[in-house]
Amino acid sequence: MGALSEEIRERIRAEFPKYPNKRAVTLNALHIVQDAQRQVSIEAMREIAELLELHPAEVHDTMSFYGFFRDEKAPLGKKRVWVCRSISCMLRGGEELLADVCHDLGVKPGETTADGEVTLEFAECLGVCEGAPCVLVNDECYPNMTAESTRELIKKP
Amino acid sequence: MAEFEPVLMARIGKPDATSLASYQADGGYDGLKKALSMAPAEVTDIVKASGLRGRGGAGFPCGLKWTFLPKDHPGPIYLCVNADESEPGTFNNRVIMEGDPHQIIEGIAIACRAIKAQTAYIYLRYEFGKSYRVLQNAIDECYAANLLGKNILGTDFCLDVYLHRGAGAYICGEETGLIESLEGKRAWPRIKPPFPAIEGLFRKPTIVNNIETLACVTHIVRRGVDWFRSMGVPPDPNNPRDPGSFGPKLYCISGHVNKPGCYELPLGVTARQLIEEQGGGVWKGRKVKAVVPGGISMGFLSADELDTPLDFSGPGKAGCLGLGTAAVVVIDDHTSMVDVLFNCCRFMAHESCGQCTPCREGTDWMRKILERIRSGFGKSKDLDLLMEVAGSMGIIPGTTICGLSDGAAWPVKNAIKKFRGEFEEYIAKGMKSELPVLVDAH
Repeated sequence: MGALSEEIRERIRAEFPKYPNKRAVTLNALHIVQDAQRQVSIEAMREIAELLELHPAEVHDTMSFYGFFRDEKAPLGKKRVWVCRSISCMLRGGEELLADVCHDLGVKPGETTADGEVTLEFAECLGVCEGAPCVLVNDECYPNMTAESTRELIKKP
Repeated sequence: MAEFEPVLMARIGKPDATSLASYQADGGYDGLKKALSMAPAEVTDIVKASGLRGRGGAGFPCGLKWTFLPKDHPGPIYLCVNADESEPGTFNNRVIMEGDPHQIIEGIAIACRAIKAQTAYIYLRYEFGKSYRVLQNAIDECYAANLLGKNILGTDFCLDVYLHRGAGAYICGEETGLIESLEGKRAWPRIKPPFPAIEGLFRKPTIVNNIETLACVTHIVRRGVDWFRSMGVPPDPNNPRDPGSFGPKLYCISGHVNKPGCYELPLGVTARQLIEEQGGGVWKGRKVKAVVPGGISMGFLSADELDTPLDFSGPGKAGCLGLGTAAVVVIDDHTSMVDVLFNCCRFMAHESCGQCTPCREGTDWMRKILERIRSGFGKSKDLDLLMEVAGSMGIIPGTTICGLSDGAAWPVKNAIKKFRGEFEEYIAKGMKSELPVLVDAH
C-alpha cells in the first residue's frame, strides 16, 4: 500500500456521488492519478481497484484500452505535447511540424526527453481544424503553429 | 440567404458572452421557463414538429428518438450529451461550448424536462480543456442561480448535470461506445437492439444527443417550430421517408481555403458557396481537387460535384455516405489523393476499437496497402483489393457492430471510384510520397 496519497484518495472519493456505481469513476480516477504522478503504476491500479470495489484486472482492462494512460514502463514528462497529424492539419503542414518537433527535442512520438521535461505525442484530430496545424500542451490547444512557435511554446515555463 | 440571422453563434465573441448574467440579459433561460410551464410530452411534440435531426452525424430525428423511451418508466432515465467531437475536420461543438455554453445547458435542461431525466452527463473529449473549464463554470453558475439542482425555479423539476472527461478515443463518439466508456469500461460499442432508449447507461433508458442538437432545442422552444422550419430543405416529395433538413447548421470549413472557420448557415448551402463565400476561396489561387463533405467518414466530392447541397440527403446523392458532421475539408489540386487517403486510413486503423474482426483487420490492411502505394511499391491489383476490403466491412455489408467501419471504408470507395486515374498513374510510375511519416498507426 501507499501508491496513492490520502489527498488523491479523497479526490477520487469525491467523484462517487455523481454516479450510481463506483465503477463509473474509473476514468476519473485514472485521470486524477496520472495528472499527479505522470503515470498509473500497477500498484496504483490495484489501489484504485480497491477504492472502486473492482478487481485490479477490471481497472487494467479499461486503462489499457485508452492509449492515453501510461504505466510505470513509460511515465510522462512534466509537459505532454501533442502535434496533430490528421487530415486538416496534414494539409497545412502537420506532418512536417511533427518531424520538426521530433528533431528539435531529439525524441520520437511517444518518447520523453532525457531531462524528463517533455513527452511528445502525435495526435489524431484535436478538433481545432480551423487553426491547422495545431498543438496541444496538456489540455490547452494552440492554433496555427510553426516549428518556431512550437519551440517557444515548449520552452515556456 | 440575405435575411438569414445566425442564432447558435449570435452571441459568440460578445464581451462576457459565457457568463450567466450576459446570457440572461439576451433572453437566456426563457426557453427553459417556457418548457417548465408545459407538460413534458408537449415539449417533445414541439421538437418533433420542428423536424430537428441530430447534428452528430447520423441525422436521426431528435423528437422521434425521445419518443422511443418507455412510457411511464419509474426512472431513472438518463441524458448523455455527446461532446466527444473527434471526426477529423469537425470543431463546431467546441466553438459553441467555448463561446456560448449556457445555450447548451439550457438545451440540456429542456431536453431533460421533456424526457423526464434528472441526471445528465456531458461526455467531453479530454483534449477540449478550455471547453471543460468554460462549461464547468457555467454549470456552477446555474447551480448558484437555481437553474440546476433541486426544484428548479420553484417547480418540481430537479436536474443534476455532470461533466465527464474522456481519454482520447474516437470510438467514444459512437453512442453505445460512449455509454460503455461512461460506465468506466473500454468503449466497445454494444450490439443493438436494445437501443439506448430502452437499455442504455447503467442499463436504464437513455437518450444520447449531440451538443449542437441540444443548442438547437433551446432556440426551437424559444422561437417556435415555424421559425425553425422556415430554413433549410423541405422533404423530397418523391421520397416518403425523407424528413427534410430544417434549421440552421454549423458548417466547419478547413484545409486549403483562405478563411477556415465555423459558419452558421441554413441547411442546404452548396459546397461551392461555402468554399467561395465563407471560406474565401481556395488558398494560393489554386483549384479544388476534392472536398470532404462532412468529416472523412463521409468520403469525397470531386471538383465536378461542388454544387451538391450540404443537407442531410445531398452528399448521399453524390455517392458520399451522408452529411455527417458537415465538416468540409478542402483539398487543392497540388495535393496527392494517395497522401489524403493514406491519412484517412491511418486515422481509422488507429481508432478502430478492435472489437469486430472485419474492422480491426480491414482498417489496418487498407492502411498497409496505402503505405505500400505511397512508398512506391504499389501493385496494379491493389486498387481492386482495397475495394474488396472496403466492401466487406461495416454495418452496410452487415459484418460489424457499429458504423466506424463504414466510415473507414467510404473514403476508400469514393477515392478509388472518383480518382482512379490518379491512383493508377501513381502506381504505374512508382511515385513516392514526399510527406515525412514517422509512425504509421500505433
